[in-house]
Amino acid sequence: MKLKLLASISKSLLLARWKQTLVAAIGVTFSITMFITLLSFMSGLNDLLDGLIVNRTPHVRLYNEIQPSKKQPIDLHLQYQDHYNFVSSVKPKNELLQIQNSGAIMQMLKTDPRVLGVAPKITAQVFYNVGAIDLTGVINGIDVESENRLFLFKDYVTAGNYIDLKNTPNSIILGKGAAEKMLANIGDVIQVTTTKGERLQLKVVGFFQSGLQDIDKVQSYASMATTQKLLGESNAYVTDIQIKLKDILTAPQVAKEFGKLFDVEAIDIQTANSQFETGSSVRSLISYAVGITLLIVAGFGIYNILNMMIYEKMDSIAILKATGFSGKDVQKIFIGIAITIGLFGGMLGLLFGFGLSQLIDQIPFNTAALPTVKTYPINYNPKFYMIGTIFSIVTTYFAGYFPSRKASKIDPVVIIRGK
Amino acid sequence: MSNIILSAKNISKSFHDPVTVQILKEVTFTINKGEFVSIIGKSGCGKSTLLYILSTMDTDYEGELQINGMMMANKKEAELAVVRNEKIGFVFQFHYLLNEFSVLKNVMLPGLKLGKFSSQEIEHRAYEKLKILGIEKEALKPPNQLSGGQKQRVAIARALINDPVIIMGDEPTGNLDKKNSEIVFDIFQELSKEFNQSLLIVTHDNEFAERTNRIIEMEDGRIIRM
Repeated sequence: MKLKLLASISKSLLLARWKQTLVAAIGVTFSITMFITLLSFMSGLNDLLDGLIVNRTPHVRLYNEIQPSKKQPIDLHLQYQDHYNFVSSVKPKNELLQIQNSGAIMQMLKTDPRVLGVAPKITAQVFYNVGAIDLTGVINGIDVESENRLFLFKDYVTAGNYIDLKNTPNSIILGKGAAEKMLANIGDVIQVTTTKGERLQLKVVGFFQSGLQDIDKVQSYASMATTQKLLGESNAYVTDIQIKLKDILTAPQVAKEFGKLFDVEAIDIQTANSQFETGSSVRSLISYAVGITLLIVAGFGIYNILNMMIYEKMDSIAILKATGFSGKDVQKIFIGIAITIGLFGGMLGLLFGFGLSQLIDQIPFNTAALPTVKTYPINYNPKFYMIGTIFSIVTTYFAGYFPSRKASKIDPVVIIRGK
Repeated sequence: MSNIILSAKNISKSFHDPVTVQILKEVTFTINKGEFVSIIGKSGCGKSTLLYILSTMDTDYEGELQINGMMMANKKEAELAVVRNEKIGFVFQFHYLLNEFSVLKNVMLPGLKLGKFSSQEIEHRAYEKLKILGIEKEALKPPNQLSGGQKQRVAIARALINDPVIIMGDEPTGNLDKKNSEIVFDIFQELSKEFNQSLLIVTHDNEFAERTNRIIEMEDGRIIRM
């Protein structure tokens, strides 16, 4: 009842000065609009750039590296264990890149609750034979389905159907750059030679574009079985196990654990791509700073307008106090005005922000680096809208608080006797 | 004794800026229920200052003030606001109506603040008060469309809405012409006689004062005639 009365007084004062109110509300609307748009756009861009790496990079990669053995035979010999042993000109052993017992490792990983998915991979060095010329290249043997599920393989296949790789025996998806060099079209048959000299004819079923030109010039994809055949290895031959985790943040710890457990090299995404996270967080920080600055400026606008309103309404405040409204009541009336401006301005700002984001979302954005992106990226995260709402209310509350406290302290005797 | 609705005892007040000047010197008097009292005196004798102390709006004084048997000393600002709302009606020289609201809403505001009745009932009572003052036809107009005399009558209606124990006026006819002053005086007299309403009016219009029940004359911060 009492609040309703105060609210109705607020409303009347607001509407009596609706032009000023409108200007103040537009200030809030504008700042919230920009806040939402800026954050949505910036965060969309961040996601896009992160996605370039995160979507295609396993969170943890298990592999073997060719390196000299850390323990030479002499170190193991009982007689020389307490000695310093110097072995000069150590060479790596002709050890296979193959991960031993990969089937069992993958079985175990699939049951691990932290793991979202596992995809095996074989990397094979090859030459693409174009007439008399050999081009160096790399064929990645992949499990097509899990590769697509975990690393969105489909998105980067710009021509042809990715699943043909699995369904057509001896097929290959060529990197766009490599295909251009070879003048190969879909349906053509190309010939590759392995480092060991074996030759194989492969049918081109699609083109692949990662966005990184250097990669597209050399890299191609084939199915696991095709690659194993190419290398003359058994169907247990796997050189990499790519793991996607449920929580990317646990990657470093998990990588360490798996590396030890399976006695392989393990690298996590954070170590492999540390520069990306830094970039993202700095960009977010800048957009938040700009957004909040805009809001504070709008807050000063409200502060000014309320201050003016209070000077204009001195008489009204005096009579309200004389007829029994306490200082607190007067304060509530003016804070009510401020919050109303904040709420309406803020709500409109959210709507306009959403609209502007949608508009930006329609602007064409074509870049060779990003085959799947056709328009500017926008992230419609409800979090931004929540923050916008909360900030608009908080800033307008404080913008209203100081003038309204001044209003509450007005001495009616001074005003009334001053006449 | 229960007849006394306002009692002031040894009320003193000084202004300290720039030099200490005692403006009220131990003022003591009482007002009974239904009395129509006027305070007169020359400019600067402290009569308005006294009125604002009695109205509880000015709390910077020494002495004792009782309204309706309640001590006013040591009350908080919000509590005094409640007293003003419920027990005291004000009429000032200037009408102080809020132009954002209709005449009716202006009269209703203190009633809505008190919240003793439902808003329909307050509206009904506001109409009744306006009828007593003969301006019920103007109820839905904004105040700035009314004449000076009408505005002052609306202000009186507003003072009456919560059936206060006393109505205080600071030169309520000061801004009005002869005819309107007459109307306002007649209203006060009618309220006093028919509704047994107590009134305390500060005025410098001696003619006005002569016709009230009792005159309190002040000079240099003291009461010289009661």
